[in-house]
Amino acid sequence: MSEYIIEMRDITKDFPGIRANDHVTLKLRRGEIHALLGENGAGKSTLMSILFGLYQQDGGEIYKNGQKVLVKDPNDANRLGIGMVHQHFMLVQNFTVLENIVLGVETTANGMLKMDQAREKVMRLSQQYGLAIDPDARIEDISVGMQQRVEILKMLYRDNEILIFDEPTAVLTPQEIDELMRIMKGLAAEGKSILFITHKLMEIKAVADRCTVLRKGALVGTVEVADTDVETMAEMMVGRKVNFNIQKDEATPGEAVLEVKNLSVAGHHGKNTVNEVSFQVRRGEIVCIAGIDGNGQSELIYALSGLLPIKSGQIILKGRDVTQASIRSRNVDGLSHIPEDRHKYGLVLDFDLGQNLALKNYFMPPMVQHGFINFPQVRRQADDLISRFDIRSGQGAETTARSMSGGNQQKAIIAREINTDPDILLAVQPTRGLDVGAMIYIHEQLVKERDQGKAILLVSLELDEVFQLADRILVIYEGNIVAELSGKETTAQELGLYMAGSRKEATA
Amino acid sequence: MNRMKKGLSNASASVLAILAGLLAGFVILLISNPANAFQGLVTILKGGWNNGMKGMGQVLYFATPIIMTGLSVGFAFKTGMFNIGAAGQLMIGGFVSVYVGMTWTFLPGHLHWIVALLMGMLAGMVWGMIVGLFKALLNVNEVITSIMLNYVGMYLVNFSIKNSHLYDPLKNQTADVAASAIIPKGGLDELFYVTKGRLKDASSVNAGIFIAIGFAILIYIILTRTTFGYELKACGLNRHASRYAGISEKRAIISAMAIAGGLAGVAGALMYLAPSRGMHIHVEEVLAAQGFNGIAVALLGLSNPIGIIFTGLFVAHITEGGRHLQSLKYMKEIIEVIIGMIIYFSAFSLLVRDFLAGRARRRADSARDASAPIPEEAKE
Repeated sequence: MSEYIIEMRDITKDFPGIRANDHVTLKLRRGEIHALLGENGAGKSTLMSILFGLYQQDGGEIYKNGQKVLVKDPNDANRLGIGMVHQHFMLVQNFTVLENIVLGVETTANGMLKMDQAREKVMRLSQQYGLAIDPDARIEDISVGMQQRVEILKMLYRDNEILIFDEPTAVLTPQEIDELMRIMKGLAAEGKSILFITHKLMEIKAVADRCTVLRKGALVGTVEVADTDVETMAEMMVGRKVNFNIQKDEATPGEAVLEVKNLSVAGHHGKNTVNEVSFQVRRGEIVCIAGIDGNGQSELIYALSGLLPIKSGQIILKGRDVTQASIRSRNVDGLSHIPEDRHKYGLVLDFDLGQNLALKNYFMPPMVQHGFINFPQVRRQADDLISRFDIRSGQGAETTARSMSGGNQQKAIIAREINTDPDILLAVQPTRGLDVGAMIYIHEQLVKERDQGKAILLVSLELDEVFQLADRILVIYEGNIVAELSGKETTAQELGLYMAGSRKEATA
Repeated sequence: MNRMKKGLSNASASVLAILAGLLAGFVILLISNPANAFQGLVTILKGGWNNGMKGMGQVLYFATPIIMTGLSVGFAFKTGMFNIGAAGQLMIGGFVSVYVGMTWTFLPGHLHWIVALLMGMLAGMVWGMIVGLFKALLNVNEVITSIMLNYVGMYLVNFSIKNSHLYDPLKNQTADVAASAIIPKGGLDELFYVTKGRLKDASSVNAGIFIAIGFAILIYIILTRTTFGYELKACGLNRHASRYAGISEKRAIISAMAIAGGLAGVAGALMYLAPSRGMHIHVEEVLAAQGFNGIAVALLGLSNPIGIIFTGLFVAHITEGGRHLQSLKYMKEIIEVIIGMIIYFSAFSLLVRDFLAGRARRRADSARDASAPIPEEAKE
């Protein structure tokens, strides 16, 4: 038998105008945890999608146990024992755990479902691998970490031996991450072979045996994790030395720019998505709202910017009550907003870059003269922002926003929002989906704005980002602010407990 | 440069649609009367030229209202709405201008037709605005309201005519408007005529065509040069981002529909402020075809006001050509079918174009998600 359970040799995959995988070779040993590391857009997901049969490679071959195989679709992959947990779970919300696990491979007799055997097998697997679940709970009622276990059980139920995890920790709390790491090690010990897509180096250090690094579609190399330090892996990933710690001095907060008093936002089922929240943000500080996705942080920001009506409470901007003020008047009064969803809110994708950069000031002189847009001025503003913020695009200000890369779209939004010289900047997940270079750049910009006396309210789901930037941390859980912590003296574990709702403190 | 290239590639989609429609029309000609089919096609393509300068004048005359309704539909499109109610807005606008044209005779002569035209526009604006109000305030889909208001408008106009002194019961239509309310000829009758024996047979064309072209240019300037146009387009392309930027979406919807209605109202005024041998509002249960032809004109013109001038002229051209098909023993309905075909193909070509663009976009997106930096970045 071959030493490797799966070998992907010389895989090449082209998309229009771009080579996503360029002669990549990846060899997976039996029973190992193999990390696949690379920045966003390095070709990790493409490579795994080829292995799972979602794409066909344009060149190269796949071998299982030394035998050449063809994977034309996910059914082929399943027959070969290859399973995948996607970043976004593929679960039917109103089915039970058991129903989700057997979906597609139900055992039937005379056209009727026979769940007894299935239940027995699921419970056996659950015991064997330490994946505690309640088979009769509905997916919509269980936590994200639990849903991930269901996904893992789905693979095990199909007797898969090669398990692919696509950025599995993105949606988990620190405690759930630890639990997942334990489960992965258990699976490997039981003989399963694991491929683990990530861009988080600490996780690789924690669980992986070997690590394959991709950069811009090409293979950089495969290393033994035990013999390689984090800095080296980072350098392999980015292609140059990376300084993760940005320069940030002690905050010197001034007067309060934004005051929120007892703010509530109504939800769908009579329960408030934001509940009696009070806090303030002062000049020269970065306040971070930390929490697991879906705990009311989006609604809070939409309420502050005026996009969502509030139920009760008060919003005070620079001493003025803006609770009833229009979006435009808040913007003009010094509120900037880097929105969570840059395609839905941040950009008019079919406008060109220049017009997008003018979205917040097209109505103010000198952009406008007697109701007519001063296009040379719009162009000058665009050219200025493009060079100051290093926004890269095919045709400069005339590029359609849609055709730009995510990182450059985000840079454009940040440039626009900073350009209006705000007093308070609401930044929601400003680095989501961006590569390390763009991320560091954006972090530096936020710190720079803080040092110029702006107030910054940051919403982040990434703990690294929270600790990197926050002067103060407000933890949000189910619409309530459950803790106010210092950015310096808090540990990830502590923050995780608050985020998961298992600890609360009386807020000031 | 870039913009011109884009414009050309857009125009080529319309040209393809027209060619496909003509081909389908040719097939219909072949089926109904094979012997004259080729000559029939030539007749259609000759359009106005079949009848010399008068024919050309008629093309301009027929183009006038459909350019206006085309602008109406196109303008609403730019704001992300489908104004299928141009027919009703046209009827209401036409009726009000005829009313003013007949009764407000106290106005000085050279002002009368202008006031009648403006009142027609105003009435159309009100009719269009109702649609906008429903959408903005109650979130009722504009397609539903505007379709229903087509019928409300038609019956309201019929009712008002029959129960007023505007009615000419012998012809079952509106009586003639005052001479001072007729759209002036603007000297065009001296240009577009044919001579029959010793008589000059002039075309019905009038200064309305200049008014329509003027409106097209005005709309073009509003859309491309003003903050108002910028806001409307932003709302049409991404209403979420527009709200985020502080643009009042409600105001944009209401004003866009009002303007669209006003443009259709002007179409009505230009049609019915006519001399006694010109057009009158018939009391019948038929919606004005010009309202629906406006949809085709706007689609073919890709909602570009300048493009709409040309597609309006084109549709009028083949319609005029179609009238001459009768001399080749074709029924005049055939030309309606062929125009219908072109409309169908124009909508279809847009679908195909959007489909292709969407597919390219999705591929680019998946490449972006799955792979290295996207092309723009890779180039650098």
